[in-house]
Amino acid sequence: MDSKNIFKYRLIANFDWIIFWLTIGVSVVGVVALYSSGWGVNHESNYIYIKQIYWIFYGLAGMMLILYVDYHSLERFAYIFYIAIIVTLVAVTLYGKAVSGARRWFSFALFTFQPSEIAKIIIIITLARYFDDKKIKGPYRIRDLIPPAVIVLIPAILIAKQPDLGTAAILFFIFLSMSFFIGINARSLFILIILSLVSLPIFWHFMKDYQRNRILTLLNPHIDPLGSGYHTIQSEIAIGSGGYIGKGLMSGTQNQLNFLPEKHTDFIFSVFAEEMGFIGALFLIILYIIIIVKGIDVIHCARNRSGSLIAAGAVSMLTFHIIFNIGMTIGLFPIVGIPLPFMSYGGSSLVTNFMVIGLLLNIKMRRFKDMG
Amino acid sequence: MAKGDFQVKITGQERNFSEAIKGRILVFTIFVIISFSILILRLWYLQVVRSDELRSMAENNRMRVLPLKAYRGKIFDRNENEIINSRPSFNLSLTPEDVKDMDRVLSVISSKIEIDREKIKREIKERSAQFQPITLKRDIHWDEVAFVEEHIIDLPGVFLDIEPIRNYLYGETASHIFGYLGEITKIQLDGLKNSEYRLGDFIGQYGIEKRYESILKGKRGSKYVEVDATGRELNVLKRIEPDFGFNLYLTIDVELQKEAEGLFQGKNGALVAIDPRNGNILAMVSKPSFDPNLFAGGISKIYWSNLVSDVYKPLHNRAIQGQYPPGSVFKIVTAAAGLEEDVITPSAIIDCPGYFKLGKKNYRCWKKGGHGRMDLRNALIQSCDVFFYTVGFRLGIDRLSRYAFGFGLGNTTDIDMEGEKSGLIPTSEWKERMRGEPWIPGETISASIGQGFDLVTPIQLANMIAAIGNGGTILKPRVVSKIETTEGNLVREMKPDVQRKLAVRQENLDIIKEALHGVVHDLRGTGRASHIPNIEVAGKTGTAQVIKMKEMEDRRDEDIPFEFRDHAWFVAFAPFENPIIAVSVLVEHGGHGGTAAAPIAGKLMKSYMERSKGKTS
Repeated sequence: MDSKNIFKYRLIANFDWIIFWLTIGVSVVGVVALYSSGWGVNHESNYIYIKQIYWIFYGLAGMMLILYVDYHSLERFAYIFYIAIIVTLVAVTLYGKAVSGARRWFSFALFTFQPSEIAKIIIIITLARYFDDKKIKGPYRIRDLIPPAVIVLIPAILIAKQPDLGTAAILFFIFLSMSFFIGINARSLFILIILSLVSLPIFWHFMKDYQRNRILTLLNPHIDPLGSGYHTIQSEIAIGSGGYIGKGLMSGTQNQLNFLPEKHTDFIFSVFAEEMGFIGALFLIILYIIIIVKGIDVIHCARNRSGSLIAAGAVSMLTFHIIFNIGMTIGLFPIVGIPLPFMSYGGSSLVTNFMVIGLLLNIKMRRFKDMG
Repeated sequence: MAKGDFQVKITGQERNFSEAIKGRILVFTIFVIISFSILILRLWYLQVVRSDELRSMAENNRMRVLPLKAYRGKIFDRNENEIINSRPSFNLSLTPEDVKDMDRVLSVISSKIEIDREKIKREIKERSAQFQPITLKRDIHWDEVAFVEEHIIDLPGVFLDIEPIRNYLYGETASHIFGYLGEITKIQLDGLKNSEYRLGDFIGQYGIEKRYESILKGKRGSKYVEVDATGRELNVLKRIEPDFGFNLYLTIDVELQKEAEGLFQGKNGALVAIDPRNGNILAMVSKPSFDPNLFAGGISKIYWSNLVSDVYKPLHNRAIQGQYPPGSVFKIVTAAAGLEEDVITPSAIIDCPGYFKLGKKNYRCWKKGGHGRMDLRNALIQSCDVFFYTVGFRLGIDRLSRYAFGFGLGNTTDIDMEGEKSGLIPTSEWKERMRGEPWIPGETISASIGQGFDLVTPIQLANMIAAIGNGGTILKPRVVSKIETTEGNLVREMKPDVQRKLAVRQENLDIIKEALHGVVHDLRGTGRASHIPNIEVAGKTGTAQVIKMKEMEDRRDEDIPFEFRDHAWFVAFAPFENPIIAVSVLVEHGGHGGTAAAPIAGKLMKSYMERSKGKTS
């Protein structure tokens, strides 16, 4: 065996099959839920699950692509990716396809592409690159965090204007989480929290009416049961009526009677929980928890600081997505369009999540010093 | 040394970092544990603690989400006259789930309103979702509306719903261009995976309505309603208004179109008028036609079967789908090929004794006794067959056909309409391939005057004559010039689309143009009937043989049975210098082009000239 083959062999030997198969497992559960959500009445969405299967394969291809390249190389080109995504985000606000009032998509002949999804990965890598370039002794202070905050703020504002508040919020949380992992002193953390609280009224000021309504109805959905509260109430009815063991696949009345809004994207969890019950929902959540725990392990065992940071960003992104999405369907968070990783229908989001898993596997595979 | 320092520092920092991060990982892990515990607790609360309460809420969910039909875009002509819009109509609908005694309800309805009870019952049985309303009859009459409202107590589950219906303001005018809507078929629905369409939706099935379906259709809205135990709407809780489709502006002049169709009174055939400067279709006629309004509320079986079984095929758009032999119009191609390939010169004389002898066979000229000595110009003006037999024979089929293809024959023009046919221009290779037989020289003789295998569509000939008129540019013809939103914002504007330049030298093109001018203006010209006072016109007649029958040849047109009479062609452009209109006219079984088709073209061009003069001055 020559050295190159040894290298390859060792990379494959360090491949984390558990993360890989869990991801596939959740995706398969997602396809089943999508199949059920399109069953019966809604003839036209019956094909969605087939499209999702295609997207899973594209996602796997995206994952392979990320695996193939050493994450250090990704970091090297981070700023170029960053500029490219900013340009794309500007372009999508100018020329993108509008779907129900939001300009988030680029429409190609065969599919639509949502650049804000891929932006998340690029932000993670760019932040890692920035912190790698600007190493300082001791914990970071607030003023050290201003430049990386700007790095996140530019795309976040562009995305918030689409308007896609959910994704913008995710970017903010990724930033917060990565800053936490890089190490900020207790005082700065305190100030950061105070600042966020103070900025809430400012955010409130810039929000659109419907966005404010969603937050108000979160506090009490029965203020406006058919307006902003409608989705929350119907989703809670769906999930709750599922009981312990659920109503069975294709038998959820809330799902089949179309009471559930956006049931194949943001509310796929409600479909699943209605039909598979508490047992099914718990099983799904446990799958997610194992993925996250395996991800946290990657932060720990990464070869160096930048590996840990990227892994931290990736894990946080998945974690926040899961918590926000499920939290939204059970009435804990306002309804902002955040998809559930590997479950929600949508190509851009699925491919991005597979790439994020690819990043984690990449870092884990290359955790030993003598490899590349 | 400095470099070494640096490395030491980094590894030192890395070590510190990997120590420090352990604590942070712990904090993050605790965060994850707490968050997921909250999620699971909340799920427990909903699915276990409140399960019974929420289950009964699900069962009593008496909210319905009903679709609101989108408003289809309007269609305007080139002068911004509204030609197609939508009007409100009443549909009689029923929610099967809410009907206890279906037979009774249906019999009450059918005491006043004609419905197909068996079909409706069958449809209800096939439905998987009984709570989804089914449409019993579309666009019911106002006294039927009154009847339903009077008897609403006896009709549980029955309701009236208002939806926009397509309204063709000009009736049969331009029906082939506009097309019609029809209920989406099961096959179409299966083909349109993951689309917004549902069973019962209307979709463009023909013409512009089909071609521009995605632009015209708009987006459906929805209505959240609360219903009582019998399914009656108690109140509307919320409405999401549907979106308007985009408006289309056509290149057609609807007044000219009406006039053109009037000129076909009692005749079948087609007409295409095109602006040679940009490829805009000004009018497009295909007769007989149909009334698209009859499709708007779902076409009745009887009318549909009448349309389909009609021997004159009214649904067939002859302008782009009718394939006919070009007859003598094709002599333009033969002339151009002859000049370009130098098998004749402009002044070369060929003697026409009334027949052309090839081997043992005589090919006759249409003029008994012959035309005598002919040059190219006179041969075109008087449409001498023998002259062009000779030229075609010298060229051979493959050289001749190459020029025919160059003029756009034998291929679709790619106009923005559905179902265009390509016609047929034969080559020796084609015959070998299709029939497995070699090309016979005698077939070249027929082909050189546009008979034999040759087939063209009226749009191809219009586009060809337009290219001759504009100095040799083949444009892509089009019927839609721009797309706008309902608010009048431009979505897209279609620019003239140049396909190619003719491979004919300018001087040769000028010779042909001049001869075509003679066809209309010379005393012996065959197209004199298209003459317009004070305007210079150029054109060419054609007579396409339908069937060769020896016994018919000597009879007068009136004495030949209608279906055996020749098709009459005329193509023309005007004014001679810088033409603004080019037309092709085909009158099926009209006899001679000069007598049947040329006057129609003349009248139409005259009317268009007057109209456009009126507008500029």
